[in-house]
Amino acid sequence: MTFAQAAPTVLAALMASLVEFVEALTVVLAVGVTRGWRSALAGAGLALLVLAGLTAALGPAILAVPVRLLQLGLGALLLLFGMRWLRKAVLRAAGVIPLHDEAAAFEKERRALSGPDRSPRAARALDAVAVSTAFKITLIEGVEVAFIVVALGAAGPSALAAASLGAGAALLLVIALGFILHRPLAMVPENTLKFGVGVLLCAFGTFWIGEGAGLAWPGGDLSLAGLVAGYLLTALFARRLCAAPREALA
Amino acid sequence: MRAFLSLLRAIWGEAVGLFIDDGRFAAFILAWLVFAVLALPRLLPHSPAAPLLLFAGLALILVDSAVRRARRG
Repeated sequence: MTFAQAAPTVLAALMASLVEFVEALTVVLAVGVTRGWRSALAGAGLALLVLAGLTAALGPAILAVPVRLLQLGLGALLLLFGMRWLRKAVLRAAGVIPLHDEAAAFEKERRALSGPDRSPRAARALDAVAVSTAFKITLIEGVEVAFIVVALGAAGPSALAAASLGAGAALLLVIALGFILHRPLAMVPENTLKFGVGVLLCAFGTFWIGEGAGLAWPGGDLSLAGLVAGYLLTALFARRLCAAPREALA
Repeated sequence: MRAFLSLLRAIWGEAVGLFIDDGRFAAFILAWLVFAVLALPRLLPHSPAAPLLLFAGLALILVDSAVRRARRG
């Protein structure tokens, strides 16, 4: 796999994973600040262990599936996932639905978890509510990342390595920023990222479906760039159409 | 045990929600994919028009669904 072939896969996995990890970090930070870091880190760590176990168990099973069937199945899931993201990003960009606010999500989670002040001794003990909250969000967002990595890596081991590299870089970046800042990453332009990731996931999904169906892509792998451009123009056009009635009302 | 089952239900709900939050939108995507996979290779064998049609159908579904949602407010 050349750099030109690997770059879109690394970029798509990095951007998509960044969005998911930022969402998980927001809740884990809220748990840590409100109920204690031991419980927050224990919940998140336990979820990462479960994810590692699931990946180790299911990974070899996926490799046993015939390539064309894998491309069709993962392509369909990638399209359902990517089109949903892109549609939501279009509607947010057009002002139809509100933008996602990490700072507000952090405050909401912090309020939901806050209770009577805990003594220093109690704060050192594990708290079941805090552990399960951190566990749930890390597992849910982690499953999304694992799916994205597997789907983007459907072309083979080198594509899987490229997708894993992107997701790993996103994880390290978010952990480092969370460690330094100790507050939610509100400055991440989440909707712009989701817009871009939605375009990339739709392009990959369409490409895999075409490959699985045996369609002849003009230009081979290069048609992936054409699909990215096509989905970007489509999304911008949809954003314009969605914003038009609202601008007329204003 | 009840808390564990509730956690599993929540995780399952989130997993389904990853792919489907608007049933009509998801149904149109799947219907178009089934048509494209079964019919396009037979109707337009080895033609570059087949993948273009696959993309055009999906793009149309995206625009239609977003505009419908915007009109609902």
